[in-house]
Amino acid sequence: MFTTKTFIKKTRIGHFLKHVREHYIRDDISCGFRSCEKCNPVESFLSPNHHNKCALFNYDHYIILDTNVILDQMDVLEEAPIGNVIILHTVITEVKHRSLPIYKRLFTLIENPSKHFYIFTNDHHKDTYIEQLDGELVNDYNDRCIRKACSWYMEHLPNEKFILLTEDVNNRNIAIEEGITACSIFPYVKHMNDNAVLEDKLSRKEIYLDKDARDLFPPHLNNVQLLNGIKEGTLYQGTFRASRDNFLEGFVNVEALEDQVLVQGRTGLNRAVDGDVVVVELFDKSDWISPSDIILEDEGTVEDVEEIEQKEKQLKETTTKKGEIKPTGKVVGIIRRKWRQYCGILQGGLEGVYQLFVPADRSIPKIRIETRQAEFLKTQKLIVTIDSWPRYSRYPHGHFVRALGKIGDQSTENEVILLEHDVPHSQFSEEVLSCLPKLPWIITDEDLQKRVDLRDLDICSVDPPGCTDIDDALHCREVGDHLEVGVHIADVSHFIRPYTALDLEAQSRGTTVYLVNKRIDMVPNLLSSNLCSLRGGEERFAFSCIWEMDKKANILNTRFHKSIIKSKKAMTYEEAQMTIDDKSKNDNIAKSLRYLLMLSKILKKGRLDNGALVLASPEVKIMMDSETMEPLDIEVKKMFETMSMVEEFMLLANISVAEKILQDFPECACLRRHPVPPSSNFDPLIKAGRHLGLEINVESGKELAKSLDEAVKPDNPFLNTMIRILATRCMLQAVYFASGTMQKEDYFHYGLAVPLYTHFTSPIRRYADIIVHRLLAVSCGSDVTYPDLLDKAKTSEICQNLNYRNRMAQYAGRASIAFNTHLFFKGKLQDEQGYILYVRKNALQVLIPKYGLESTLYLARKGESSDIFEYNEEDQTQRAKDVVLHAFDPVKVRLSLNSDNIQHEKFVLQLVSPYIEGFSVPPIEEMDTSETNIESGKKRKKDGNEKKSKSKKNSKNTN
Amino acid sequence: MSKKELLSKIGLRLDGRRAHELRRIRCKLGVFTEPDGSAYMEQGLTKVLAAVYGPHQVRGSKSKAQHDNVVINCQFSMAVFSTTDRKKRPRGDRKSTELSMHLQQALESVIKTELYPWSQIDVYVEVLHADGGIYPACVNAATLALIDAGIPLKEYVCACTASLANNDVPMVDISHQEEVLGGPTLTIAALPMSGKIVLMEMSQRFHLDHLDKVMNKALQGCKDIRRILDEAVRLHVRDVGSATGWALAT
Repeated sequence: MFTTKTFIKKTRIGHFLKHVREHYIRDDISCGFRSCEKCNPVESFLSPNHHNKCALFNYDHYIILDTNVILDQMDVLEEAPIGNVIILHTVITEVKHRSLPIYKRLFTLIENPSKHFYIFTNDHHKDTYIEQLDGELVNDYNDRCIRKACSWYMEHLPNEKFILLTEDVNNRNIAIEEGITACSIFPYVKHMNDNAVLEDKLSRKEIYLDKDARDLFPPHLNNVQLLNGIKEGTLYQGTFRASRDNFLEGFVNVEALEDQVLVQGRTGLNRAVDGDVVVVELFDKSDWISPSDIILEDEGTVEDVEEIEQKEKQLKETTTKKGEIKPTGKVVGIIRRKWRQYCGILQGGLEGVYQLFVPADRSIPKIRIETRQAEFLKTQKLIVTIDSWPRYSRYPHGHFVRALGKIGDQSTENEVILLEHDVPHSQFSEEVLSCLPKLPWIITDEDLQKRVDLRDLDICSVDPPGCTDIDDALHCREVGDHLEVGVHIADVSHFIRPYTALDLEAQSRGTTVYLVNKRIDMVPNLLSSNLCSLRGGEERFAFSCIWEMDKKANILNTRFHKSIIKSKKAMTYEEAQMTIDDKSKNDNIAKSLRYLLMLSKILKKGRLDNGALVLASPEVKIMMDSETMEPLDIEVKKMFETMSMVEEFMLLANISVAEKILQDFPECACLRRHPVPPSSNFDPLIKAGRHLGLEINVESGKELAKSLDEAVKPDNPFLNTMIRILATRCMLQAVYFASGTMQKEDYFHYGLAVPLYTHFTSPIRRYADIIVHRLLAVSCGSDVTYPDLLDKAKTSEICQNLNYRNRMAQYAGRASIAFNTHLFFKGKLQDEQGYILYVRKNALQVLIPKYGLESTLYLARKGESSDIFEYNEEDQTQRAKDVVLHAFDPVKVRLSLNSDNIQHEKFVLQLVSPYIEGFSVPPIEEMDTSETNIESGKKRKKDGNEKKSKSKKNSKNTN
Repeated sequence: MSKKELLSKIGLRLDGRRAHELRRIRCKLGVFTEPDGSAYMEQGLTKVLAAVYGPHQVRGSKSKAQHDNVVINCQFSMAVFSTTDRKKRPRGDRKSTELSMHLQQALESVIKTELYPWSQIDVYVEVLHADGGIYPACVNAATLALIDAGIPLKEYVCACTASLANNDVPMVDISHQEEVLGGPTLTIAALPMSGKIVLMEMSQRFHLDHLDKVMNKALQGCKDIRRILDEAVRLHVRDVGSATGWALAT
């Protein structure tokens, strides 16, 4: 059968076009029941063995869902008790249209056999297709389609029972009139057996506390009003960013305006949540104010209106029109909510089913949830999502999604870090594991034929200690008067074939994520730590890049091929260094290492002369107690010459490979570029340099490198490192891209100062390298292409994902280090040598190189000016009588951890030296005598520290 | 994911077809009386008229005439109202010229050209509604018109398009919507009985791995179309025959 759909659509440039589409109606669509004899048999997960148990309906039944239930109650539907669900195609289309994330989740449900979901394509079925009437709204039409499908099912299978779950009262009533059993999901779930968890997960749009609850917020304008307002220029659309320090303040980034719009107070924010796309109305210029600089913490409980009013008053009193006046306005409507799931904890001290959830992210308001397991959840970190924010409610309403584990546990914290950074970290699925090679893994004759046998070469690997995923190994030997240098990279692409589940999983993970005490592998352990890892003394497949060089490190020729190698030894940097330094050792490995080191020095020099930047960032290693998993010590990573030796050859290999693949695949090579930062990025660096009398030239990478080298002062040995740290912060992120999507000039890698660069050398932990391996394998004829490899759009898409994953992995790693550093300092009090990184109006940013730690030393309460210090914005100094603090000055600070807020522990610094009367604290040794000197600024917190330090001292004495 | 899926997870295309299914084909021979042969063809919403004149003596410049072959002159045109955006001119643009040439190429391969030296056959096709697969519809309509005109053919020449859904599954007879959303489209004109391909065109590059299965799919489509055309021709002949009376004799 055949019909057409006609609709009129507006094009982007404002023309109205009429579209006509075909719509085929079929007679071969099955109802999905295995017992049904009228329909064609079809694969279906519907099962007579699953029973939906609900006290309202005392019989086995199948569930048909309306769109609104799927959109709002996904968390409930994902639970095991709900099964045997028929999803109509009309509903799927609507869900997809409304929310892609929910659509994806719906499909994972449908594909899960144990959930017993079935898709019924009602809109192409001959008996359930109905035409949209003239003037009928889409919603009404869809509802009609759903009801039609329900009644068809009832007629088609008279022996089975069907229940339509819908939240739409109107739809429900008509359905019941038509003889369909329909029900709202709330009573349904309430009457299910073992419903405690399920009920918590219900999303509640409307909760009436008491009938006369007064509205706390002004209403939002409707969509038409908003759109017209934006069009007329009276309203502005932008992204709302909540302030982290003041819960009654936020900014709206409006594209059309240069400045951010300040919104303040309960009515100003009007239920906007961080990230939402909102519409603001600007006040008259005379009403514009400057951002407040007080810290306001939301201390309210469930429906405590007075507290918020009091805080508002406080805010009003402090608002000034002095200082920087910002455009000010109020939120009048919300275009799109950007609500997601939030990690956090429950606020203690509340009884009953209504609880307040405090998100870890301080820019998100507290969320009110209803739960029957509050006592248990109070000890847990949990995930909650927002459902709605009605006008009469002080807090948004949400529901509990799941608990992550006990607060303060290492594993819970890791989980939180991984979730907050969107790192896929579930176990590898059966399907993925089935792609792995069977053990014992042996090298066949066929493999030998295809690969160059390099097993007799003296190849060794040099890595950090404890490394199990060794992906690179090196060798160097004399050939005539030349040297042959080889870099051998684990041949991961031999094991990970395109389009397998393993490949797709690795692609979506993108990178291995390293947390302090946990590694989240990109590929299963068997590959990462065994078959691909180039372990000492074992035969392994490798992809080799071999250069012939003269002794001045000029490359004479380069070749790439797949090979079989047998690494003679897996060394640590330290071991390699010792082997080189030990004059008595003269075996092949020692010789080859010495050659490599010599060549690497020449290469490095050449690179630096070329304008490559040497940047710095404080990197630390946290020593863990292997049993208790508690941090024992934090130390800055040691540097060895051998590290830079390995790095140099990896760079060289990457560059050589980049040239090769670009030559063979000009459109779809996966390369890495590092954009030149805009010169405005360097402003803080130039400013900081000027105060020290250093001229920093940022015109080109080369000039910058030179300036950085010259930034040395004999009296401050750490100065150069700090300047480099500052320079690093001015840089942009390096990114992967597909060569066909950019202009040739943009391929440039700024940091390394090379025109072409890619990643080739770590395929075990980076997916980009796997793509590069595959491209190179095609280039040298040892593998064939596959469609996606040559598709530049696809490659570009993969690159986007990799960039995102890399960034997130980096943040997650840092978060993990920060967490463990906090753990380490818990209850400790120490005086440490630090350096001033930045001078701010009311604070100093201090770097403590020993722990790679950067923290703020407040000179005065936030927003207040200190009566001791005098800030000079021009010179970037703080003066207290005769002591002047410059950027980069060494200072001694006392370090302690403030754990008042268990979700946001932070370091507290106090100045020890230079000694400033009335501000500084004496060194720990003299503590007891000088308690009175402590400044009132952060009295409460400091008192806390005081006590801690005392008890610490006491315990020391007793020892 | 933002893109629409050409083939849903349950195996239906956007318009409700399965991957291997053609659109609805309706055709009619002998729709005009003036030309020697004519046909009307509907493939889904794509609608095409074809008219054949000849063989007749070479018109215009006599120098075109060939001593051993018939000259086939094809003209392709699209009605200005055939697309959602009104077209500026019906013929003479590059796309039309190209399609005319392709059409000629396909027809030359199937007409027994050696039978009519010094003569000419004119084929006019006009697209009334374009909804994807214009060229195949034109070829199929022209075939029917040639049959209607009684010009000896070696066999049917049929054309069909095929493409890939979700970068993996080949699907046949691509509609306009699918053309716009999807990847490369392969157009094939073939002699379905002998399995010869007379014209093949790709809108973009295919990976070699895919080409084979897409081509087979398109070829299968040509065979399916031939069956439908054949049926239509037999029906037409019976109708015409019964009108003249000879059908009753059998």
